[in-house]
Amino acid sequence: MNGYHQRTPLEGEVRIPSGCAISGIISRSGKRFSGREAISSIAVMHDRSNGLGGGFAGYGIYPEYADFYALHVFYYSSEAKRSCEDFLEEHFDLINLSKIPTTKHHAITDEPLIWRYFVTPLPTKLASSQLDENEYTARCVIKINREIDGAYVFSSGKNMGVFKAVGYPEDVGEFYRLDDYEGYSWTVHGRYPTNTPGWWGGAHPFSLLDYSVVHNGEISSYDANRRFIEMFGYSCTLMTDTEVITYMIDYLHRKQGLSFEEVANVIAAPFWSTIERKSQEEKEVCTYLRNTFASMLITGPFSIILGFSGGLMALNDRLKLRSLVAAEKDDRVYLASEEAAIRVICPEPDRLWYPSGGKPVIVTLEGQQGGQDGHQLPVSGL
Amino acid sequence: MKHIDVGMMQYRQLNEQIRESKAKQFILSSVTGQRYIGCAQKDKTITINGTPGNGLGSYLDGATLIVNGNAQDATGDTMNEGAIIVHGSCGDGTGYAMRGGKLYIRDSAGYRCGIHMKAFEERQPLLIIGDRAGSFLGEYQAGGTIIVLGMNQEGKAPVGYFCGTGMHGGTIYLRCDTLPQGLPPQVAVHDADEDDKALLFELLDEYCALFKLDKAQLLASHFYVLSANSTTPYRMMYTHV
Repeated sequence: MNGYHQRTPLEGEVRIPSGCAISGIISRSGKRFSGREAISSIAVMHDRSNGLGGGFAGYGIYPEYADFYALHVFYYSSEAKRSCEDFLEEHFDLINLSKIPTTKHHAITDEPLIWRYFVTPLPTKLASSQLDENEYTARCVIKINREIDGAYVFSSGKNMGVFKAVGYPEDVGEFYRLDDYEGYSWTVHGRYPTNTPGWWGGAHPFSLLDYSVVHNGEISSYDANRRFIEMFGYSCTLMTDTEVITYMIDYLHRKQGLSFEEVANVIAAPFWSTIERKSQEEKEVCTYLRNTFASMLITGPFSIILGFSGGLMALNDRLKLRSLVAAEKDDRVYLASEEAAIRVICPEPDRLWYPSGGKPVIVTLEGQQGGQDGHQLPVSGL
Repeated sequence: MKHIDVGMMQYRQLNEQIRESKAKQFILSSVTGQRYIGCAQKDKTITINGTPGNGLGSYLDGATLIVNGNAQDATGDTMNEGAIIVHGSCGDGTGYAMRGGKLYIRDSAGYRCGIHMKAFEERQPLLIIGDRAGSFLGEYQAGGTIIVLGMNQEGKAPVGYFCGTGMHGGTIYLRCDTLPQGLPPQVAVHDADEDDKALLFELLDEYCALFKLDKAQLLASHFYVLSANSTTPYRMMYTHV
């Protein structure tokens, strides 16, 4: 955070009691819609945030550049920008670059320089690295975040983008003009930072390649998780516990090839006493995953929404210490910390349920619906 | 009768309006997640249309709250007296540390319902859930009564894991044919007998009238009665989860 100073007091200097808020919306048919619904949904949960962070991830927003990695970067100095651009030019073909369009907003201040690059790995560099293009790009992103002072790549997927800032999420959405983008899925986060500073890089979503995570909660296993994941080349540079969840999911899903259900069984592994009561086959799977990836169990309260290309996954800790509600209507699925945040954009869902602790709700564009183990509620109301 | 169209009003503004008004009857419409509605109210009747926010009726002290729809988390948190009637479902922590009054939920409720519930002399809290409750129902229960009717559970235990963990007082009645798996040693179980059914007949009276249920038919089903097993207090409570 060199060269970065906020006028508003940092967490620790003030105490504003609240909690985080998350929301996610996906159209299973792939129909694109603007970021406005995510803004309307999160605004209902205003009191869960304290203005020290808000952010969005939109998927399907860059169809004209769908084959290129979209890098969103914060710069805290022009030197950082020069160093980062030198690095990018050395490793990638830069197809397009520009400032990310923003609107002056009275509640969003002290913004860094915010740039966007559509890039593809230089073929010669990629070939000599003997890596696939995802791994090549991920390593470059980690290197920039670790080594270039004052430069933070906060979004690096294809046909998706993260937009985040210090502020209330509804203001952040206005600041980034999210009415102008259309995606098939959106996630959004209102932040109440615990233990760590409220700063632009520390706002959610956290993202690597096309994985993005918004999180309500506090990971008590953070350092155990961090030490483990840093053995595999990741670097936790953003000073917030949620960052490590993103890297663990990238490692388990992209590198180890686990399904999202299996990922859920690793990071929110059932208690041994619960595993005991499962069928022999399930018992073997759960025992294998829990033993093999013991250091990747996340403890402490969390509800997360993971965005990935083609879908969303919502997951609670196994004790369900944070709230999570899911609903569906026609081709849409809604996920949020509070039911009111769903009903404000979808007053009469066809189905509404509370997912159980440790049981993922996985929604993909093909129409495959997870969450059958959730606890289904009859839809009521006037 | 006072009507308030709530919409996106700030929760403080709404609750001040209710507190400061001389009206005894309120109808709220388009409620959108406003918190703490009816907090500590003594003698008002508030009908809520829409989705009330967390902490509905916290510290309630005699008032009646009627929700036409679902409520969110921590409904009836530490309520003392009065009634909350939900024509729908509730989220997590329903009836948390309840110490009096009645909390009637037509459908289901989330995790940790009725945890830390307690009772003292004439303060005897009653939480009734029509369908199903999540895990940790009645965790650390010290008094009062929880009834789960399992209306759509076809005889399966209408609760999740860890029911009654750390229970040291009060009673849980479950309408089902099979016991929840893995009840902790702090919980003693017996099949409801004539005396239990007679007591249930009284406890379910208002609930069945409200939600138009056939009480006699309900009571013809099998009920389990869970209470604190005073012979093994606290031993190894969480050490092996």
